[in-house]
This record gives sequence, C-alpha cells and structure tokens, in this order.
Amino acid sequence: MSPLSRRDFLTAGVAAGAGLVIGFYLPHGAPRSASDTFAPNAYLKITPDGKITVVVARSEMGQGVRTSLPMILAEELGADWKQITIEQAGASTLYGDQTTGGSASVRTTWDPMRKAGAAAREMLISAAALEWGVARSACKAENSSVIHTASNRRLSYGELANQAATLRVPTDPPLKQAKDYKIVGTAVPRIDTPSKVDGSAVYGIDFRLPNMKYAVLARCPVIGGKVAGFDDKESKKISGVSYVGKIGDSAVAVVADSVWGAMEGRRVLNVQWDEGSNKDLSSAGIMDGLKKSASDKAAVLYAAGDVSKTSGRRLAADYQLPFMAHAPMEPGNCTAHFQGSSCEIWAPTQVPQDVRDSVASAVGLDSEQVKVNVTLIGGGFGRRLEHDYGVEAALVSKAANTPVKVIWTREDDMRFSTYRPASYHRLSAALDGQGWPVAFSHRIVMPSINIQKGFPAEDGTDSEVKEEASFVYAIPNTLIEYVMTETPVPLGWMRSVNALQVGFASESFIDELAVAGGKDPLELRLRLLAKDEDLNGWSTARMRGVLQLAAEKAGWGKALVPGHYHGIACFASFHTYMAEVVEISMENDQPRVHRVVGAMDCGQVINPNILEQQIQGGVIYALTNALRGQITIDKGRVVQGNFDDYQPIRMNEAPVVEAYFVQSTEAPTGAGEPPVPPLAPALCNAIYAATKKRVRALPVVS
Amino acid sequence: MADITLRVNGSEHKVNVSPDTPLLWVLRDTLELTGTKFGCGAGLCGACTVHVDGAAARSCSTPVSQVAGKNIITIEGLSTNGLHAVQKAWIAEEVPQCGYCQAGQIMEAVALLAKNPQPSDDQITQAMSGNLCRCGTYERIRRAIHRAAGTGGAR
Ligand code: FES
Ligand code: FES
Repeated sequence: MSPLSRRDFLTAGVAAGAGLVIGFYLPHGAPRSASDTFAPNAYLKITPDGKITVVVARSEMGQGVRTSLPMILAEELGADWKQITIEQAGASTLYGDQTTGGSASVRTTWDPMRKAGAAAREMLISAAALEWGVARSACKAENSSVIHTASNRRLSYGELANQAATLRVPTDPPLKQAKDYKIVGTAVPRIDTPSKVDGSAVYGIDFRLPNMKYAVLARCPVIGGKVAGFDDKESKKISGVSYVGKIGDSAVAVVADSVWGAMEGRRVLNVQWDEGSNKDLSSAGIMDGLKKSASDKAAVLYAAGDVSKTSGRRLAADYQLPFMAHAPMEPGNCTAHFQGSSCEIWAPTQVPQDVRDSVASAVGLDSEQVKVNVTLIGGGFGRRLEHDYGVEAALVSKAANTPVKVIWTREDDMRFSTYRPASYHRLSAALDGQGWPVAFSHRIVMPSINIQKGFPAEDGTDSEVKEEASFVYAIPNTLIEYVMTETPVPLGWMRSVNALQVGFASESFIDELAVAGGKDPLELRLRLLAKDEDLNGWSTARMRGVLQLAAEKAGWGKALVPGHYHGIACFASFHTYMAEVVEISMENDQPRVHRVVGAMDCGQVINPNILEQQIQGGVIYALTNALRGQITIDKGRVVQGNFDDYQPIRMNEAPVVEAYFVQSTEAPTGAGEPPVPPLAPALCNAIYAATKKRVRALPVVS
Repeated sequence: MADITLRVNGSEHKVNVSPDTPLLWVLRDTLELTGTKFGCGAGLCGACTVHVDGAAARSCSTPVSQVAGKNIITIEGLSTNGLHAVQKAWIAEEVPQCGYCQAGQIMEAVALLAKNPQPSDDQITQAMSGNLCRCGTYERIRRAIHRAAGTGGAR
C-alpha cells in the first residue's frame, strides 16, 4: 500500500468508526496532508514518517536530561526508543519554569512528561481502534505501534499520526505501573554521547552567526569597583579590533573580528578603576566577621526538646569553610544579536527565561522581543544560573551594533564568578552516661545567597538554608539555627549549595560525638535513626537504608589494607538520601583517597548509567571542594585565576568511585547534587581515623 | 599579519593571521573546527589538545607560526573512515558527561596508545593527568583506554 492510499484508507476507516470517540471530526473527503504532525502537547511531535521528537525544556549540562527526560515520556508513549530524537526548548511560555537547578529536572518533569506520553499513547490507541472498528480495550501500544491482539494487526505511530491528530487530548490519561516499565530504569545509552566524542557537539562557545564579532571585557578587579576612565589607543592598533567601549558601570568591552584579536586588544587596554569601598576586603576579615556574628540573633531552622535544659558531658567545636568557585570547563560565553526592536541570544544557560527578562530590561525591550536559544552547556554546577554573560553580550551587541560573541577567559571565570558562601559553624552537644548524644546544637553563620540577590526573606530568614540544613537524627534535644549575614562578595548557587557547608560541619561533629562517646560512627548514626519516623521532613528509614548499603558495600568494620582507614557520613538533600564511605591512606601528611562507596536513595531510578555518572561526578567534584577548592579575597580582589592556583582533582588523585542505589518505586528525586555534601565529612572522618587529628576547616590541603 | 600555510586533517589551508595567534583560535575561528576546546588558555587543562606530527600538543599555547607545514590533526580528523577505536571505546564506556573536555581527553589518549599500545594503569594516569575533567569522568576514561588497548575493562 502506498503512503497515499494508506492515508486514504485511514480516513475511510476513521469515518466508519467515528462513533467510538467523543469529539472526533474529520471534514468529508479531505485527507490531511503528508506533512501533518501529531503534536498533542508542547512536549511531543510524531510525524507520518515515524519520527518522534521530544522537546526537552531543561538545559543539558552533562547531567543527562536530554536522555532521561525523553525516557520518561517515551515510556508512557510506548515508543521504540530508537525512533526518539530531541529538540531543545529555548525560553518559552509553554513549559512553566524552565530553570535547570536544584537537582529538580527529573523530579519536576516526572508528572508532565509521563502525562504527555500517556495522553499521546491513548490517542494513538483510539486512532487505531477507530481505524479497525474494534474496541480500544482490544488494542495495546508497544514499540511505537498499536497492535490489535486478536487479529494481530499492527499500525505504526507514524501511520496513525494524521488520524490521532484529529482526536481530543485526554486530560487524565492512565499511567503505567512501575512493574511494566520497559525504558525507565534501564541503562539506555545517552543520546548526546556520539556527538561529544566526534567533536560535532555545538556548545555555546562554538555557536556562530554570519559576520559575528568576538568580544572580551575588562572588568574591575575590585569587587564593586567601577570604570573611572580608559584609553583605547593601543587596543585600536591591534589588527581586527573594531570597537572599544564602556559596558555598564564596571566593564570595558573590546570587540574584534577574532577571539585572539579581542584578547590582545584587552591586554593593551589602559583602564583607570574607581576601586570603591571594598578595596580593603580580605578573606581573613570576612571570616573574623562571621566568627563575631556567631553570637548574633539567629533564626531557628529546626528544634526538638530544649537544648538549654540538658545535662551531661558537654562538647563543642567550631568549623569553617571558604568561598569556592564553580569553574565549569566551558568558560562563560554568550552570543547576542541586537537589532533595534528585537534581540536574539544563544546562551549556555540554566535559566533561559531569566536571561530573556534580564536582557530585555538591560537593552530596553519587552520580554517578548527577546528570543533566547539554549545551547549545549560545558558544565553548569550552578554558575549558569546567573544571567551576567547574557546581559553583557546583549549590551555589547547593542553598543557595537553587531552580532557578537562575548567570551570569558578562565581568569575572567575565576575572578568574576559568584561564589559558594564562606561560612562559620558553632556546634555543641551533650552525651549521657553511656556516651549517647542527648543534645545537639548547630549554629550556621553564613551570608545568604538569596537575600543578596534580592529575593525576599521568609520569616526573617532564607528558606533555602532551612531546606538544605536537613537534620534527620532523633536526638531528644536539638537546635539548628541560622545567623544570616551579609557580604559584598558575589554569591551563587554551587552544586549542593548550602548543604555542603551544613553537611560538613554537622557530619564531622557527629563523628566527634562518636569518638567522644566511644561509639562506632556507623553504629551511632544507626542508633539515632533506629525508629522509623518522619523527622524534620525526612525519613529516618530511608537514611538508614543508604547508610547500611554504603557500609555493607564498603566493608565497614572489616579489616582494611594496613595503613588504610575508613570514614563515613550521610546527608539528605534535594529530596534524596546519600551516604558515603571514603577509604584513605596518609602520604606525607596528606590524605590519598583510594576508594569512595556512595549509596543513594532517589526513588525510582530513570537511568542507572546516568545516575552512576552523577554519583561519580558528584564525588570527584566534592573532593576538589574538600581538598583544595578555595577562593580567597585580598585587597578586594579574587586571588585565584586559573587551574594552577585553583586546582581541581586530576586523574592522579581520583579515587575509584562505586555507586549503589536503593531499588525504589517512590517518585524520583534529585541526583546531581546529593552526592556532594557527604564527601568532605566522610573524608575528614577518615583523616581522623588515620591521624587522630580533626579537620575543622576546609580546604584540607591549604 | 602573515600568510601561513597549515596542514590540518590532511588538507592545506592558507590563513592570514598574526603569527603569535595560538593555533587553538586559528582552528576554531578561522577554520571553523570547533571540536577543539578552550578551557584555560594556559596549558593547564588539556581541553585544546590536538596532534602535531603525531604528538599531543596544547593548541592554546602553540603559536600558529610554529606549526606551519606540520601535520596537525584535530578531533574532527582523527579518523577518515568512521570512528577511531578510541572514540568507539569512549561510546561503549559512556564516558562523557558535559563532554566539553572529551575531545582533548580522546586526543591525549590516542597519542598515548600510539606510543604505548598497552599502557598500565600507572602509565595511563601519568599520560592523562594533564587533562582536567570537571565532571569527574576519570574512571570511565581509564576504562575506555583499557578497552581501546584491548587490555579489557579490568582495573
Ligand atoms: S585550553 Fe589549552 S591547556 Fe587548557
Ligand atoms: S565531561 Fe564535563 S568536563 Fe569532562
């Protein structure tokens, strides 16, 4: 049967069976054209040639959303995975909040993607039933086809596309049971892998427009400083430099016809800076300030019993952490084309809608006049939740009147980033006669990212800190408090955000309590989680589950190679439970990490391969944070500039990371960030086991 | 500015650039071969690794005038028929996360295997520790190199 007669046949069949479906209508004798696409919702298109396109409304930055999100839809659709192609959504009004952050992509799209797939599947089944004149219940969908079991007839989704497109979209389609999953839960190869090994993947930095120019910006090295004046005589002598001009208050752009020309033009640019009020700012001063604030008024994040009325053996310790930088491998960049009444942006961004709105207000347009395309991202880690690169590119394009790509060098990325907040922690506890904790308090002293960015306080505090300070132990008297401070240092959300600081202090101190009470650190934790309950919004049973799994797989308590030591920690964040066991030895007074065993409970696993990547990657990222991830401020300037003084872990320091997860049919939760918080405390607890020295300040190596 | 003849992925290109321009930017901006990446610009990360006469070189720190007439291979030209065995191993082990560092990692690994077809774990570590990966794919890189070398997925 030719494609055309196939369609005629379909149309006829539809007319005969029209009574089976409510709301069905096809104009008499008017077969729909071959280009007709079945697009029952904004996430899905099926064309008559059988191609299934799933729209991904989150940004791909390595975490695998271009594979995992389509898997969810494809599962309910009953699709043949091999037929799926993806389309990246830009800033839109069709998909709700498109922010990619908070380890939330799978969690927040789980329902809409499932429903989008299921609705389409139901419509395709209806289309086939109509076509055959049989009951819907006699048909089933699988592998991109609808099958009439009794007669063994089969129509592909492509063949049904025209017909299905005429049907009403069901609002509450039935969803599959986990036991029937064929795609979700399997290690489907990532869709983006081939393009990432043959060099064809186009990241933001690779995107180009015809006649595009390149720009780099000289930014004031002192935080909050401004441009006082500049002399571009030397810059303009560099071949290819076409424009030099002030952008905003604190930067000067050099535009050229090559990246190198722009960089050279900036190298010889002479800018006078007004350094402003932060020119004496230093990390030491900031840490002193945090320490002083430790006795200020605090917001209560969680309380049980009354810590002031407890007696017993008292312990106290203070912990501190420095600023840290995301340093994704792809430096900041953005391409913009401002054309008077419109502006188009190509950005490696985690927040296309925010980029759209910030660009609009910066260049004096309405949001509808700004189009934001989302490119592939060479590592996000939260850095691309900012919109600075988008705004800069738009301003440069407008000022220089040209399509332009703004590129940040590594030094720009390191020095003009937003940083994980430095923090100070005051902890105290009381142990009973048997050495079990009866009181635990943790005062977190830290500037608030959200307040600095202008988000309103809730109950006088930053509710994100409360969420990420996830205490889950049943200690009868507990008090977790937050002293919210301020800093001029620009702050940003960095992988696991505040959970890293809170987790390091809290889980290290729990280890101190185990040592002081003469308990095994695992045994102590299990005892504090022994009763099944919902504590502070978290499940003690699920936390216990990951601790036991990590301990068992790591061989906790069993003999290790001589000179090797274990440390353990657990922490819940982003709706997910995580425990890690770190195995180290000491070499020249420095820890050498041999093996990390991570166990996660994130509910239903979508793709175990991607989940393993996230656990491996999260552990390595956290190890950099713990060992050497320090940004220092001196004379108002960020000291570190490149990978020689901000040194991520390389292969020679990378441990073997084993990833395990709990089999679960609970709704899926985050995976990108939860592996981060337990690593530093587990590492430092291992260092204590090896040396009897307690590390109470990060980085470990300074 | 100077006219320089470059031999990239087997074909000759005449470019007119300033002679101190790093090879990286000539590849990316002039020849539009964007598979080679900019990571640090200072020889510290390996994202820009290409082959110059068969040896791995950091194109961000190689002035284009130094490689005139030499045989330059980028990720796009690694193999003339389908994927190189190392690229296939990378796919089989599902190495990339964000993928940004991976062209450099693959070029480094191919250069290693050309010199040492069956490297030990230590030799792999030594050869690959100049290449950063912020996504932490090191273990899978190691496995992929062993796979390409036919030394198994063994650790
Ligand atoms: S960009 Fe060349 S080594 Fe980093
Ligand atoms: S895969 Fe992202 S930096 Fe290596």
